[in-house]
Amino acid sequence: MKYLDEFRDSTLLKEYLAEIKCTVTRPWSIMEVCGGQTHSLVKHGILRLIPDYINMIHGPGCPVCVTPLHLIDKAVHLALDKNVILCSFGDMLRVPGSEKSLLEAKAEGADIRILYSPLEAVRLAENHPDREIVFFAVGFETTAPANAMSVLQAAKLGLTNFSILTSHVLVPPAMEAVLDDPETKIDGFLAAGHVCSIMGIDEYYPIVEKFKVPIVVTGFEPVDLLHGILMTVRQLERGEYKLENQYSRIVKDEGNVNAKKVINDAFEILDREWRGIGTIPASGYELRKDFQAFDANKKFNIDLPKVREHEICIAGDILKGKKKPHQCEAFGKTCKPETPLGAPMVSSEGACAAYYHYSNQDAITT
Amino acid sequence: MQLQCPLPKLDFEYITLGHGSGGLLTHKLLESGVFDLLSNEHLDKQDDGAFLTLKHEIAITTDSFVISPIFFPGGNIGELSVFGTVNDLAMCGADPKYLTLSFIIEEGLLFKEFWEVLVGIKWAADKANVKIVTGDTKVVDRGKADKIFINTTGIGEVHSNAKIDINRIKVGDKIICSGNVATHGMAIMSVREGLEFESTIESDTQELNHLTAALIKQYGSAIKFLRDPTRGGLGTILAEISKDTNVGIDVLHDSIPIDPLVFSACELLGLDPIYVANEGIFICIIDGQVAEDATEFLQKLAYGENAAIIGEIVEDHPNKTVLVSPIGGRRVINLPVGEQLPRIC
Repeated sequence: MKYLDEFRDSTLLKEYLAEIKCTVTRPWSIMEVCGGQTHSLVKHGILRLIPDYINMIHGPGCPVCVTPLHLIDKAVHLALDKNVILCSFGDMLRVPGSEKSLLEAKAEGADIRILYSPLEAVRLAENHPDREIVFFAVGFETTAPANAMSVLQAAKLGLTNFSILTSHVLVPPAMEAVLDDPETKIDGFLAAGHVCSIMGIDEYYPIVEKFKVPIVVTGFEPVDLLHGILMTVRQLERGEYKLENQYSRIVKDEGNVNAKKVINDAFEILDREWRGIGTIPASGYELRKDFQAFDANKKFNIDLPKVREHEICIAGDILKGKKKPHQCEAFGKTCKPETPLGAPMVSSEGACAAYYHYSNQDAITT
Repeated sequence: MQLQCPLPKLDFEYITLGHGSGGLLTHKLLESGVFDLLSNEHLDKQDDGAFLTLKHEIAITTDSFVISPIFFPGGNIGELSVFGTVNDLAMCGADPKYLTLSFIIEEGLLFKEFWEVLVGIKWAADKANVKIVTGDTKVVDRGKADKIFINTTGIGEVHSNAKIDINRIKVGDKIICSGNVATHGMAIMSVREGLEFESTIESDTQELNHLTAALIKQYGSAIKFLRDPTRGGLGTILAEISKDTNVGIDVLHDSIPIDPLVFSACELLGLDPIYVANEGIFICIIDGQVAEDATEFLQKLAYGENAAIIGEIVEDHPNKTVLVSPIGGRRVINLPVGEQLPRIC
């Protein structure tokens, strides 16, 4: 497949691996911010191929994982309302709420639709004028343009039965929060390539300067990841800290101007609670005042009691890169994809799920 | 599907609850052309059941079909309900002979849609060389089913030189995949709500009994095991085989045949092709000594053109299937949790 095969090319991969081995002289901890990168690292066996000196720390870039528990409870509550069709990305369905997941609510009779695009939810709203259509709008800057567009379209169409339950989060504030945490030691970052394809790279310069940390905007294929690691290690070994763009075939410095405009038209930035991490200032999107009629949080006045996370689950430490999935006592025992205690075991971008699905290698002897 | 059977002239447009009552309306529905279309000496007697005589050991299987949508690129639920059961018999090393056919219809189904499904059944049954010998029709309230559900039960005669037995699998055997993976699942995905691809991916739903019969005739007991990786895809079947036996399986990622368009669609939607459903391929575990020969043999036959050896049975990592990536990364293939995409067949 064009644009894919060349980034999985084994000759090139071996060259990058050899180059990394020649370059690295001491231990470095590098965080890959995005869960998609975590999965690719584990799926392609890269963690086993890179030198022991390089400790990859898995970052908080898993939108499903950082969606607060009470919002999942809200989504479940809304979905169980007979008048509501709740639409969601597929990943959210199995995430455990405090009492049940959306999938369990579906089995109880809730009308829940798995969609690939929020614009399909707008179409549903047009086709079902007698029902309330709520889209569970989770995600980072990558899903924000489409979610914003759905609200702008619904407004243009004059729909009164469409709303979104937002849990939109932003990457740069999360990286700062991780760096501010005294317990976390990170020497360099692989920034999330797809987020940068929307937002551009400018917001990372201040982080590089403030924390004196190298950041390399990196893609998701094996060649991208090894290249990104090499670029980071080269900076570290030279004592440099710069912003570099490994993923330049996709990421332009200014990002996607049209997408940014759509986001800006619909959303404003405010403080946001992250599951497992806590509230991070100016780290999320909320609909602007003009579009509050489309904000499910305000439209449906749901007052649910706040609940505590599962006692054993260390999702917060995993999201901040303090611990690895297999360091959790529940990992693979009481916590498995079919019976998850925390969101990182569910999501296709969750670090625990990545380790569980792809790292179950204990029986491999060759 | 090429068969053209004109829609009978009727005084009703929709199927209603009365058509499943067993009374006058049921007769009207069945006499409208259903019996004529599927006619054979067993069905024509219109008894409560069929009397059959078979010469060899028999294999029997049953399957229900609830796919949504009922019409999809490359097929419909009728064809699928015939090929699905025919293929399950073929995987037992049997020559499929007779099928039963049972409908659960949601009231309000357009008769012309029902007819199109029936024509699909007729076409598929002819292609697979099986006869529909008895059947049943029920109609349920609107909302209690989704358009139409079909159950078929099939009987076949086991080929005299077939020795399909999972316990005969041993180290050194090779795994052949008879064709491109993930085609059916992605065809269904492409027509589900809101997903539009620029090119059409057509389902690979097709009968495999002629292909397996030829293979068994040629290679007999060298064939240890046959299975069509339908729901759950190739990965699930291989994970099941390694769990059910004491052997390990190594699969080479790059040797798995897949259509580039299907691969692109999987990448786009974030689906792993090894877990996507198939309807027109099988895997064959065969004595390593004849594996290459058998693969070339399959490649010359219809539906076997893309056959490839994808892996082998190994002594290491018993009970586990391991996928070897092009860069030497190795990962265990686990049983998937839940369905990647529900109601695919």
